[in-house]
Amino acid sequence: MVRVAVVGAGYSGFNANSPDLSWKEITYEAAVRAYEDAGINPRRDIDAVVTCAEDFWEGFAIFDEFCPDQLGGVLKPTFTVTADFLFGLANGVMLIKSGLAEIAVVEAHSKASDILTFGNVVKFAYDPVWLRPVGRGHPFYLAALEKSYYSNLRGYCDYTYAEVVAKNRKNGRLNPDAPYSADLTADDVLSSEPLFYPLRKLEIAERSDGAVVFVLAKGDIARELNPEPVWIDGVGWNSETSNYDTMSFTAVYAMKAAEMAYDMAGIENPAKEIDVAEVDDRFAYKEVQHIEALKLAKAGEVDELLESGYFGRKGEIPVNVSGGSLSVGNLLEATGAQKALEIVLQLRGEAGRRQVDAEIGVAQVWRYLPTATGAVAVFSR
Amino acid sequence: MAVGKKDISAPPYVEGRELELEDFEEKKVTYVEDYPDIRYQFTAGQAISKFLNGLKEGKILATKCNKCRRVMVPPRTFCELCFKPADEWVEVRDTGTVETFSISYIDPDAKPLDEPEIVAVISIDGASPKMGILHKLGEIEPDRVYIGMKVKAVWKPESEREGMITDIKYWKPLEVE
Repeated sequence: MVRVAVVGAGYSGFNANSPDLSWKEITYEAAVRAYEDAGINPRRDIDAVVTCAEDFWEGFAIFDEFCPDQLGGVLKPTFTVTADFLFGLANGVMLIKSGLAEIAVVEAHSKASDILTFGNVVKFAYDPVWLRPVGRGHPFYLAALEKSYYSNLRGYCDYTYAEVVAKNRKNGRLNPDAPYSADLTADDVLSSEPLFYPLRKLEIAERSDGAVVFVLAKGDIARELNPEPVWIDGVGWNSETSNYDTMSFTAVYAMKAAEMAYDMAGIENPAKEIDVAEVDDRFAYKEVQHIEALKLAKAGEVDELLESGYFGRKGEIPVNVSGGSLSVGNLLEATGAQKALEIVLQLRGEAGRRQVDAEIGVAQVWRYLPTATGAVAVFSR
Repeated sequence: MAVGKKDISAPPYVEGRELELEDFEEKKVTYVEDYPDIRYQFTAGQAISKFLNGLKEGKILATKCNKCRRVMVPPRTFCELCFKPADEWVEVRDTGTVETFSISYIDPDAKPLDEPEIVAVISIDGASPKMGILHKLGEIEPDRVYIGMKVKAVWKPESEREGMITDIKYWKPLEVE
């Protein structure tokens, strides 16, 4: 069986704003670092380039036309996946496993600071006939609806989500690239404005800019480049439905994506086998949902485990030790990239002051409002 | 099996008939209109910011790669062919050559333009061959334009320039006919 490894990782950012650099320049920085890390010459060595972008985040159409230059991909096979980085990573794995490429590059970035009407872009993803005309509220209300339903179903109280925020924002203080890290308490979160009751301001990840580039290689080539690469053992993705009234509101998309990735990776008991996890926490309740969906805890038991420190930096399964999106910021389609990057750094032992002991890690992402779509990747060293 | 017309069961569609003008007038033909307000502010970045500020001064600036020796317009901070940082800034001339052109008679909404617009790709003198910009031609009849024609930038007055690609109004023929 062909195995696929991450042989190079580079990133630029992550910053709340980046008025000095264009998105191409940010991406170039990340790419140079990734190729330096992998020890390859992109003009000679890369066989395929996969970029991940959504035109409405970018502000221009047919994004794939704009991607080759800053990645060293001129006159190479390239395509854009209109989804998060983890979907692009899955495509990179398929390119290599199919034999179409031996070395493939996967890229995602966020230039969220270029978007002046963020709420309206989010709302643009809502069904134009069915959802968009209803009400004048900021579209985050859909997250509040889901939070409300899910909390009621599980019996979780707001304190649990406030603890997620406090944990992640504190974790971020050991990450030099987490612009929203902060030393705050669950009470601070509970007293922040309920902008979309029951969703409070501090439960929502702010936006940030940055880029991530991975170099993937086929097993034998990966070992030549790096005797101890980080392996991609499993990838999975899943979509429920676009209808908000028939979505599970319990992140079944993440559970199904995880099952696919775990199956491929041969993981039978995730709660025992996974050492570290980075999950989508762009709304605090999402982290709780995703912990359950990844089977790191049983449904309804996350609150007690959180309170006991089980998912803390020094806990049994550290979750979002990078600070998560609550500290690093919402990186749009690069959100999963930051999560995968953190897992790679942790498995390599290159996570600096936030290093944990880990051999197997999982990265998970949701495709943001208004979707019930997500992807998962399992890594090992 | 799915190829061709098959006798398959279908949901209960409304029985069809030809559309009449009154169907539209009475809004029997149902549709929902939406005018989303979506706005951006594109960061120009290191290279293009300097280029745009150069336009304000009536200059066209390029970057040079000392490996492949290309002088690149529009300028970029890196050479995409050598995949290395660009090495230096150089000023190029505001004259060039028409590489290709089109005479456009309608706007993006397919409405007729008052005057046809001549759009051209112009390779700029001082930049490497085939490097330059897409811009408009002016002070010339459409049927006089040809590939290989030498042209020169016509700038807005300095007080009206704002650091946009439109600080050059258009390019006009260099030779006097």
